[in-house]
Amino acid sequence: MVQVTTDIPVVPPAQRGYWSGVLSRLRRDPVAMICAVILAALVLSAVFAPWLGLADPYQGSMIARLSAPGTPGHLLGTDEQGRDMLSRLIYGGRLTLFIGLMPVVLAFFIGGTLGIIAGYVGGITNTIIMRVVDVFFAFPSVLLAIAISGALGAGVLNSLVSLTIVFIPPVTRVAEAVTSGVRSLDYIDAARASGANALTVIRVHVIGNVLSPIFVYATSLTSVCMILAAGLSFLGIGVRPPEPEWGLMLNTLRSAIYVNPWLAALPGVMIFATSLCLNLLSDGLRSAMNVRD
Amino acid sequence: MSATDQPLLSVRDLKKHFPIKGGILGRTQAMVQAVDGVSFDVRAGETLGIVGESGCGKSTTAKLLIGLVDRDEGDIELGGKSLGRDISLRALRRDIQMVFQDSYASLNPRMTILDSIAFGARVQGLDDPVGRARRLMARVGLDPDRFAGRYPHELSGGQRQRINIARALVMSPKVVVLDEAVSALDKSVEAQVLNLLSDLRAEFGLTYIFISHDLNVVRYISDRILVMYLGEVVELAPVDMIWAEQAHPYTRSLFSAMPSMDPDNRTQKPPLTGDPPNPIDPPPGCRFHTRCAFAADVCKARHPVLGPMVQGSPHWVACHLHDPASGHPRAGQGVPA
Repeated sequence: MVQVTTDIPVVPPAQRGYWSGVLSRLRRDPVAMICAVILAALVLSAVFAPWLGLADPYQGSMIARLSAPGTPGHLLGTDEQGRDMLSRLIYGGRLTLFIGLMPVVLAFFIGGTLGIIAGYVGGITNTIIMRVVDVFFAFPSVLLAIAISGALGAGVLNSLVSLTIVFIPPVTRVAEAVTSGVRSLDYIDAARASGANALTVIRVHVIGNVLSPIFVYATSLTSVCMILAAGLSFLGIGVRPPEPEWGLMLNTLRSAIYVNPWLAALPGVMIFATSLCLNLLSDGLRSAMNVRD
Repeated sequence: MSATDQPLLSVRDLKKHFPIKGGILGRTQAMVQAVDGVSFDVRAGETLGIVGESGCGKSTTAKLLIGLVDRDEGDIELGGKSLGRDISLRALRRDIQMVFQDSYASLNPRMTILDSIAFGARVQGLDDPVGRARRLMARVGLDPDRFAGRYPHELSGGQRQRINIARALVMSPKVVVLDEAVSALDKSVEAQVLNLLSDLRAEFGLTYIFISHDLNVVRYISDRILVMYLGEVVELAPVDMIWAEQAHPYTRSLFSAMPSMDPDNRTQKPPLTGDPPNPIDPPPGCRFHTRCAFAADVCKARHPVLGPMVQGSPHWVACHLHDPASGHPRAGQGVPA
């Protein structure tokens, strides 16, 4: 076969924005779409849990403890206090997804801003920001999360704070690396040469070109964050009982593993499925955001 | 220089030394003397070609002119107004624009071509940025109806460089610095873009500072040529004069390195051997003496000053050979053939 390269300019199908192009490419990726559907189902069911006609997630029953999945009235069985598992898993999604996603969203904004400033301004500003970030990098993320949560005490808000602190450094580092790469390109010089101030250059020329790698990286962190949040609850320094939360449920049902292994595995399955879907979706997003494919 | 001959752009003793940081404390270990005392004048409507080998400070000079690199010392005057004293950098940037070598890297890949061109006009608050941009697109030969909404990766190198030229012109500047603007294009496209540049110069009354390593291209477009070596100006002359006689030994080697159009007349031996000395620690005296065939003791001891070859001549050179009072054994005789 002869490799024929044509120099005919590619005519875009229509005048479309960048994000609609990303969406249409994402729509053609079956794996990403399946994951998106599963995640959407999880989020929607968690948000609308009170209107789904589920059993009360806090109402236990001493008789119906640890009943197996498939028991009449309890589709997914009951936990160690006889509370309906289906209901608790769906209600548990509210807290779990919240403390799994919120820290990443916060870290995306805070870390992204810090990284873009460090990368664009450079010099002493860069040194100060990045050396502070390096200090946090010295600790493994699990250890750091446990240490901060342990110091702040249990509770949803404290978990949120500690996980946000854990995820700011990696986001900052990625943002800084991408931004300093973009900073050295001629179109930034050209923009500066036209008399634009630093803020305008960052807003118009830098953000659009660094956002997608930072965004993709942040999405890949959500699965880690969910697992860490579940881990904190499992250790008893995250969400407190009787709140339904997947990590906490995994912890309390641990002792039931010999009585009813299916039951004990359910919260784990939820965590696993969600984090897998998030990972695959962020992979799909990464390829969909690559303009030149 | 008489009052009627007032230069549009005047550069005096421009200096830029880049520090090299090292060690655990990041202290300055040495200075790279990228641009060291460069002075020249450019008259309105004139094209000044700047030539020299890589690392001689051509691009740094260009970036100093539009403030992309901060100067350490020296004055830049535009139309008699001194940068920093009479006019701000922002105002200066409306009058001096630049076209870069890499046509792809100098356009924002996420921005449509129209937006890229219009950006400068928007930033400077000029009226009707989009209309300006569309008119300029048409002027550089790209139909705005077809190309306005496209992205840089959808264009060829020549088309992108036309866009970069349009972008530089959107604020109606007086001076355009072309930093190797046609060097990355293939020969046929290069010729088209050069012709476009000549036409634009006449139409908009532009003044060019044309930086290139290609002497033929520089000869085609320039009125005067400035030769740089290790951050200094070694020769400055109208194009015909320098083509007829290269006064500085370095200029001579540079010209003899030009490939001949006649295959029977190829140069066999390299006109100049070795690399230029390290700009961190340039040689004392004349910076070229380490590679110069005519170097004498005075060249190692004293730094030659740029000046006219003969009193009143527009041909300026910085070489002891041309200064009868320099003490060079062949002083006043010129460069031997």
